[in-house]
Amino acid sequence: MDWFLIISSGAKIAIITFGIILPMVALCSLAERKVSAFIQDRIGPNRVGIPMTLFGAKKDIALLGLVQPLADGLKFLLKEDFTPKHVRKFYFWLAPALVLVPALLTVGVIPFGSSIQVLGKQIPLVIADLSIGPLFVFAISSLGVYGIVLAGWASNSKYPFLGGVRSSSQMISYEIALGLSVIPVLMIFGDMNLGSIVRFQDANGWLLFPAWGSGWTLQRWILLIPLVISFVIFTVSIFAETNRAPFDLPECETELVAGYHTEYSSMKFALFFLGEYAAMIVGSALIVTLFLGGWSIPFGHYLGLGAADAIGNWWVGLLHVGCFLTKVAAFIFFFMWVRWTVPRFRFDQLMRLGWIFFFEIALANVFLTALILMLVK
Amino acid sequence: MSTATQPSGPAAPPVDLVNVQVNGQWLKFPKGTRMIEALRQASVEVPHYCYHPKLSSPGNCRMCLVETGMPARPAPGQTEVEKDEHGFAKIMWSPRAAIACANTISEGIGIRTESTLVQECRKGVMEFLLINHPLDCPICDQAGECGLQEFSVEHGRGTSRFEENKVKKPKHKQIGPRITLDDERCIMCSRCIRFTSEIADDPVLGFTERGSYTVLTTHPDKELANNYSLNTVDICPVGALTSSDFRFSMRVWFLKDTKTVCTGCARGCNMEIGSRSNVIHRQTPRENNAVNSAWMCDQGRLDFHFVNSEARLTQPTLRENGIHRAATWQDALAKAATALQAAQPSQIAIIASGRMTNEELFLTKRLADNLGVTHLDIVPRTGEADNYLVHADKNPNTAGARLILGIDPGSQLQTIKDKIERGEITTVIALQENLLKKAGFSETQLGKLQTLIHAHVLANSSAAAASVVFPLATYAEKRGTMINATGRLQRLNNAVEPVGEARSGWEFLRDLTLAVTGQNGLYSIEDVFKTLAAAVPAFTGLNLGKIGDLGLPLLETTETIPVLEREKDRKAKGIIVG
Amino acid sequence: MAYTVPRPKLSLLERTYFPTLIGGLKITLGHFIRFVQGKGKVTMSYPEEKWDASLPEHYRGAPTLVTDEHERERCVACQLCEFICPPRAITIVPEQIPAADKFAKVEKRPKAFEIDMIRCIYCGMCEEVCPEQAIFLRKDYAITGTTRAEMVHDKTRLYELGGIREGLVNKWNPLK
Ligand code: SF4
Ligand code: SF4
Ligand code: SF4
Ligand code: SF4
Ligand code: FES
Repeated sequence: MDWFLIISSGAKIAIITFGIILPMVALCSLAERKVSAFIQDRIGPNRVGIPMTLFGAKKDIALLGLVQPLADGLKFLLKEDFTPKHVRKFYFWLAPALVLVPALLTVGVIPFGSSIQVLGKQIPLVIADLSIGPLFVFAISSLGVYGIVLAGWASNSKYPFLGGVRSSSQMISYEIALGLSVIPVLMIFGDMNLGSIVRFQDANGWLLFPAWGSGWTLQRWILLIPLVISFVIFTVSIFAETNRAPFDLPECETELVAGYHTEYSSMKFALFFLGEYAAMIVGSALIVTLFLGGWSIPFGHYLGLGAADAIGNWWVGLLHVGCFLTKVAAFIFFFMWVRWTVPRFRFDQLMRLGWIFFFEIALANVFLTALILMLVK
Repeated sequence: MSTATQPSGPAAPPVDLVNVQVNGQWLKFPKGTRMIEALRQASVEVPHYCYHPKLSSPGNCRMCLVETGMPARPAPGQTEVEKDEHGFAKIMWSPRAAIACANTISEGIGIRTESTLVQECRKGVMEFLLINHPLDCPICDQAGECGLQEFSVEHGRGTSRFEENKVKKPKHKQIGPRITLDDERCIMCSRCIRFTSEIADDPVLGFTERGSYTVLTTHPDKELANNYSLNTVDICPVGALTSSDFRFSMRVWFLKDTKTVCTGCARGCNMEIGSRSNVIHRQTPRENNAVNSAWMCDQGRLDFHFVNSEARLTQPTLRENGIHRAATWQDALAKAATALQAAQPSQIAIIASGRMTNEELFLTKRLADNLGVTHLDIVPRTGEADNYLVHADKNPNTAGARLILGIDPGSQLQTIKDKIERGEITTVIALQENLLKKAGFSETQLGKLQTLIHAHVLANSSAAAASVVFPLATYAEKRGTMINATGRLQRLNNAVEPVGEARSGWEFLRDLTLAVTGQNGLYSIEDVFKTLAAAVPAFTGLNLGKIGDLGLPLLETTETIPVLEREKDRKAKGIIVG
Repeated sequence: MAYTVPRPKLSLLERTYFPTLIGGLKITLGHFIRFVQGKGKVTMSYPEEKWDASLPEHYRGAPTLVTDEHERERCVACQLCEFICPPRAITIVPEQIPAADKFAKVEKRPKAFEIDMIRCIYCGMCEEVCPEQAIFLRKDYAITGTTRAEMVHDKTRLYELGGIREGLVNKWNPLK
């Protein structure tokens, strides 16, 4: 066993989970409130900072409300953790974990940077460089539905139950569209290793922006037609998979009180909350990785900022990470922007969209891609 | 003040009916009816102030003006008169309005109450009445039940055209121990004057001065002090005469009126208790032409302050080592039951009260029968009768006690006292009686008892001597029935909730019987009455609902009620409507 | 009779939902950008910023009792406000003014006057109904307390908040 590999993997796990994903979740919750506030011409949380008055000072330091997530977290920790009498205890406790864990697990295969040089060794910035990346992501993330279904069932109460049922049917429906829409992408790459997919885009132009390297071919530009279709279906399906508005029917408060987590409170509720945001982050990262070149910097190839340049240049590695996070953040903003714009779908509309349109279109899209790949060289 | 239908003796002889046109409609009324009464029967309200069916009708307020017309008579040389579409002679309307309170109807006349003429008249009368009337409504006790307010809303002009200064008159003047007069508010209807002279035979009121300066006042060196003075407050249509006791205590629109009867004496005057949030604010007479007409004595109506007083018993107490300590009902009942079970039936005496309801008396009787007690009596309580309503018997339910307990009030009291002296009676249950007062027991006699079970509404001297004390509900806090001196069965209703842990007498007796014998099955006052009706023949077939608000004649008596006798007389003479 | 609202006919493009979706996104993004540029701000930061200065004349804050220019309690305990108050916030115990009092002529005044500010809905009915112009809604809106009892304004507090009001109808004018 290579000790260095183990230690570096451990460090990567720790840094990514506790240094990137969880803080990002926290920031997302603040961002969500801020974005919604700005869209609605409000101010949003701007009070919580350093409570200097507690230490006898005249004024608090507000810090633009940036400490709000901390306060929220503290509140969740300190609230009464109430377990209703009528629930099935074991599953009731299990469900929140089942939601959060898959969301965090999928992070493992996503390359969040090219590589970075530490102690003279080149470390690839991905926790597990699996050669079945997208499959792993789909396999694990679809486990998340168990958490929600369990929560709905174990709560032993009608609203959570309805939320759970909705959630499972919604996730199963959209997983099909999700899977089919990603096939054209994999056909083009002919590879399932997310790391090599990104490296390919870094060298030959992003899938949706083939502007350098071997990107300047007729085939790549004609392929944009099926790819844009794939992209749209994929993105919309991610919305549905993560239960985000306009597809947040499992927790639709106008009909179901709070959906599957109605009976949850305190930290158990917070886990659902974290799970949802983590899933959103992972979803964004996946989209970015597949379609928008992951960590690659546009024209980095020519600017001396390509994958190869990271070798021996630690700051290029960091730049890649920064680039990746920026893209993901932009996508998260898009998620929020949509949430505060589009009204929620009706459940039948949701099902119709998934089964009648996306499924068929995605299927046809696979053939279209194959045709183009065959005919246009 | 509608004349309530009373069950009368033999069927009245058929009366002559006359045809009268009321607001264009032909109706039939008994001959000789006053217009205002005929209109009332036709459900047409005529505003009025001075008219009162129980008093003579001077016709001095002019508020009741209506337009009248006589049937046309054939013109000379004509045989037929003109007919309207109903075949009645055409009505020749009089150009002058007439008062409805003092005129009677006759065949073929017409009355209009809403014509322009009548409305103008009412407007004019209202304006005159209000010229000098002060804007006192915010501090006037009558507000809310004031004839002047009501009719000025309906018939007044809304604003005043009077620009001169209003006439000043005495305000806030005490004209008797219980009456406060505000002369500015008086509208000179003279109802109060007529009441004092015609009903109370104490003519102390009168008008002095003239025109706008007329004031109502007492005769020199006299005051309005008779025992019926507060009735003038009821009949005064405005806030001129007000009760000093009720003055400024609560606005009338907040009061909840509970129909019940007065328990001050055996007359059983019908009354209404006005209460708000469990506080009694006033008691007013309720018309019952078989009992109290429309009146009530001052004494009865003011005797409610003890209900909310500090002297009330609010918790059962037990005496241990000479000291009373608060106890739960359960413990107190258990202790009483143990004491009763320990004693021989011959060692027990029950002193009940003529102030208890029939239901309570019935349960007392049942308890006595269950225990085998024969020493059972009530305390007679007599005072002076007047020639009006007040009865010499101060117990409101002596008739009920005679009927249900089957005793002669007071006949056993001496025997019981003697037996206590001799140590033959060791246990006494005293129900709603202070043994040291009217009952005439002495402290030494009470001291000889092993157990004294005392149930009462107020803390008093014999409670101190008792081993167990139970707090009871007053007349205003419980339901039940009583039989008055003329044998009428009437209902008591609860206006307020019992204070503290006090309970209705029937509940106490039921629980005590239960604790002693284990018998039960009575959950409501209705149940108790049902059992009573099954057990006592006089009550057969009755239930609380059937008794109604005005009561039912139950027993035959030869008693007469002075006020009603005189009223009948005046009615026969046509002085009053009655 | 049943009437079926005709649905608008949508073109194929409209039926894809995209044009409206993009239109909506444009609108919200517009708001977002304007706000970030600092143009769309309408919120006030209470309590640092207060709008006390711009309170309109008719603003309805806490109800209070007032005295007249002779320091006479205007209220005569007519209890009309108690009657009209929709949430029954007002409780009044009336009393007769003792003969020795300067204003004995007025005869009646409140012995106790309490307004439960937890119940009060600031509707202003009491002010409107008062025949004596004794109760007014002032501009105080920050009525706070740490106990329920503190939130019940008694007579003293009500007069404290209300102060003196001059120049209104004085029906105890000897000429009237
Ligand atoms: S008598 Fe009637 S009208 Fe006159 S002040 Fe009193 S309530 Fe008002
Ligand atoms: S005091 Fe009342 S009852 Fe007597 S005359 Fe005046 S208004 Fe009539
Ligand atoms: S403002 Fe309205 S709710 Fe408040 S005390 Fe006055 S009447 Fe009652
Ligand atoms: S309405 Fe006016 S005068 Fe009457 S009790 Fe209320 S505050 Fe006092
Ligand atoms: S009621 Fe007829 S004149 Fe007064």
